[in-house]
Amino acid sequence: MSESTISSVATHVGDDVQRVDDAAKLTGGAMYASDLVFAGMLYAQVKRSPHARAKIVAINTSKAKNLPGVHAVLTGKELDYRIGLYVVDKDILAKDAVRHFGEAVAAVAAESLDIASRAVDLIDVEYEVFPPVLSQLDALDENSPLVHPDLGSYDYVKASFSPQPGTNIPNITKIRKGDVDAGFAEAKWIIEREYTNPSVQHVPLETHVAIVEWKAGDEVTIWSSAQSPFTLRDLFCRAFKLPHNKVRVVIPHVGGAFGGKAGIHLEPLLACLSRKAGGRPVKFQATREEEFSLLPCRSALTYRIKTGVGADGRITAQKLLMYWDSGAYADYAVNVTRASAYSAGGPYDIPNAWVDAYTIYTNKPWGTAYRGFGHVEFFWGLERHMELVAQVIGMDPLEFRKKNLLKPGSTTLTGERINEHTGNPLKCLEAAAKAINYGRLTPEEEDRQARTGRRIGKGIATLHKAPAMPSFTTTAAVIKMNSDGSVVVNIALTEIGQGTATVVAQMAADRLRFPVSRVKVAVERDTDKDPFDWQTVASKGLLLTGNAVIAACDDLLRQAYSDAAQVLRAQTVDLDHDGEKIFVKQRPEESVTFAALSIGYVYPNGNGIGGPLIGLGRYTAQGLTSLDKETGQGLPALDWTYGAHGVIAEVDPETGEYTVIKIASAFDVGKVINPGTMRGQCIGGMIQGLGTAQCESYIYDDQGHLLNPSLTDNKILTAKDLPEEIECIAVETPQLDGPFGARGVGEHPMISVAPALANAIHDATGAELTHMPVRFEDVWRAIHNKPPIDTWTTKAPAV
Amino acid sequence: MWMSVEVNGHIYEREVTEHWTLLRFLREDLELTGTKDGCSAGECGACTVMLNGEAVNACMVLAAEADGATVETIEAEAVDGELSEIQAAFARNYAVQCGYCTAGMVMSVRELLRLNSKPTVAEIKEGIEGNLCRCTGYQQIIEAVLDVSGQINNGTRGGLKYV
Repeated sequence: MSESTISSVATHVGDDVQRVDDAAKLTGGAMYASDLVFAGMLYAQVKRSPHARAKIVAINTSKAKNLPGVHAVLTGKELDYRIGLYVVDKDILAKDAVRHFGEAVAAVAAESLDIASRAVDLIDVEYEVFPPVLSQLDALDENSPLVHPDLGSYDYVKASFSPQPGTNIPNITKIRKGDVDAGFAEAKWIIEREYTNPSVQHVPLETHVAIVEWKAGDEVTIWSSAQSPFTLRDLFCRAFKLPHNKVRVVIPHVGGAFGGKAGIHLEPLLACLSRKAGGRPVKFQATREEEFSLLPCRSALTYRIKTGVGADGRITAQKLLMYWDSGAYADYAVNVTRASAYSAGGPYDIPNAWVDAYTIYTNKPWGTAYRGFGHVEFFWGLERHMELVAQVIGMDPLEFRKKNLLKPGSTTLTGERINEHTGNPLKCLEAAAKAINYGRLTPEEEDRQARTGRRIGKGIATLHKAPAMPSFTTTAAVIKMNSDGSVVVNIALTEIGQGTATVVAQMAADRLRFPVSRVKVAVERDTDKDPFDWQTVASKGLLLTGNAVIAACDDLLRQAYSDAAQVLRAQTVDLDHDGEKIFVKQRPEESVTFAALSIGYVYPNGNGIGGPLIGLGRYTAQGLTSLDKETGQGLPALDWTYGAHGVIAEVDPETGEYTVIKIASAFDVGKVINPGTMRGQCIGGMIQGLGTAQCESYIYDDQGHLLNPSLTDNKILTAKDLPEEIECIAVETPQLDGPFGARGVGEHPMISVAPALANAIHDATGAELTHMPVRFEDVWRAIHNKPPIDTWTTKAPAV
Repeated sequence: MWMSVEVNGHIYEREVTEHWTLLRFLREDLELTGTKDGCSAGECGACTVMLNGEAVNACMVLAAEADGATVETIEAEAVDGELSEIQAAFARNYAVQCGYCTAGMVMSVRELLRLNSKPTVAEIKEGIEGNLCRCTGYQQIIEAVLDVSGQINNGTRGGLKYV
């Protein structure tokens, strides 16, 4: 086989192929971690702190231990293990200090959930309560109490992060490009504003769940709803100093994740309970309330943007200051800070830039990865700022953006040169603007405005994002042929709803020239059986795994061609294949089927040759580098996916009430692998983005108690809240190193929805919104020039 | 208490814990895990099942209340491995992503179509309002309902626009 015989003609890629996991999920047959039950299984419950900042004076567990049916009770004092992705700062159970409301201070494993709950109620904890540090800006004050007085002694990833011992800062990321002072000096206008976002929840419909069994001989098996089995295994083994081959992680179907299930969560605690209970499997599933504060959220952000603009409307300089509220632990927030810093200017050509991005500890539930990885948060400020800058300089916001967009030859904040294959932000912006008839009202809209007395406004916003991942991120795929010529693909990229299994099947089918029905992507992920993948995050799966799958198909074909050449007495260059067989190009009637080659070819006399056809493909991100710690210069981006949203909103100028008439969004995905799944993933993200734009936020009282840990008090959008019209548009500028030219779009639909909405409301009413979410009362306040209210921290209710 | 209930055409006679919900009874006693628990508080609709022919949140009904009743769950929706028309329309229209809300969503759509065979988009939105979905943004579920009620031809075939 020569390279030229394997064509890349897309016969399934680009088609509306139905999802391969539909039948299981539609019939209730798909098993999620929450559905699993094992013989001898115990149920865990945790005792949670009612205080945000406190010293644990004493814990009395004797009554709980004596309750019949209880098999293990643990407190932090017994556990000398610490976990942490980038900064190792979290005890498995709080030891001496409680750092956030809802933190686990003790745990039990019992024969039933009811017994475990009763046992937890019998645990008495004596606290000495202190005033919490709740605002990340207050936490920067030199007199602020320290959330982690021992920060200087923690282990951390030195290549990427810079903790500041003696402060509440687990990381600062700096970017320095050009000369900002010179840039501001040449500016005609300098505009400086501050924008804020609260913490929000991922709200996967399946809350976090895991079952862990730690048997004698340190044989550990973890069944979990986690996104990233190999990272979970790695972090687990580091905490317990266990070799990787002692720990097996299995991931069945996952009921939504959105980044919240990316790291390691309750698995280490359950492991300790299992070990203490003699190796019985121990299961825990968070209640919806626990999902809000026992488990992590998305970090809050305060973003200060100072922009210089020249007389020609071009940005001359930008100073960008990010203050990320990490909550009680660093987890992903330090890397959210880093990834946001190098993207901080958006898809714009900014010759001179200065970014200081701080991660800051506070006494609140900690921030983790969330779809968009910081970009939803900072694009709120950035794309509101672009609107306000355009208003100040008297230029149309669309024209201002178009004038400053990245184009071939531009460099990013880290010095990466953009070329014509990077993607086309202009095409996205123009498509979104056109889809909403930007800049004018149609006659129907004029009529509607006259009829309702409400004002219709239109807003746009751009976005970009590259995968936030280590520069050397790698993955692999294995493809095994069955004796009937069908194949099974093994990957460790998890299927969390995004459609990975379907698009992998399409790409493998195309590469092999098989029908999609002959390709199965294994359902469970299993670190003992599947090849390595770093994580299922960052919108990197399609590109990295796609390339690995293509390589695995080629490897399998290479083996098949080699065996076929022997059978057909030909050279591999003489051969070609179709979906059923390998044949001699010149005489296609001379052929051998894949089925006949699949597990070794057998001659009529019984001789066997060859062997099972098993292809291995690997792919590593090409050419990426770490960033210089002082200047942030380097090459962090596997690919950039650009996009833009257009929103039409209808606002009551008296009350601030509004409805979203239309959202239209365009993304440059390089190549659409599956239009139906792409549109579904995009609309899902757009609506999730609209939810965080309109109503979602954590609300605390001034003692750090979370006041709204439920879907009643922290609403997400329902079907009734949808815009009247939703449009999703694909732009296809091929990514030269992407599979079939594709790049990822998992996170992007959620980014910049909020500023597009606020820009539309601004257009309708002049409301200068700077705080997210945009509730009716926020619009009313902004219209009437009243200062924004920060209702996500309220006075403690009188008891 | 001792109870007898018909679930998906089978009679089950069981001693049931008084404070258990119908959801726990279905999932833990009968091991019918297709019905999901998303909040245990009647907020998300993931546990929607048919009780005496009407959709209910199984987490808001005590198991004991189903004594003598007929219950249908997602496990009875497909017959002999063949997807029902609702299920097939969901598949055609990409109305499933992670799948955790799907069982409850299918049950609510069944209830909607029982009461209204040709619902408008507004009526569909009203009909599935109690079922939260965090993945799909609901749009393709709405299209699946339009499809199964004969209001669009051959699904939306992706519905993606290109420029």
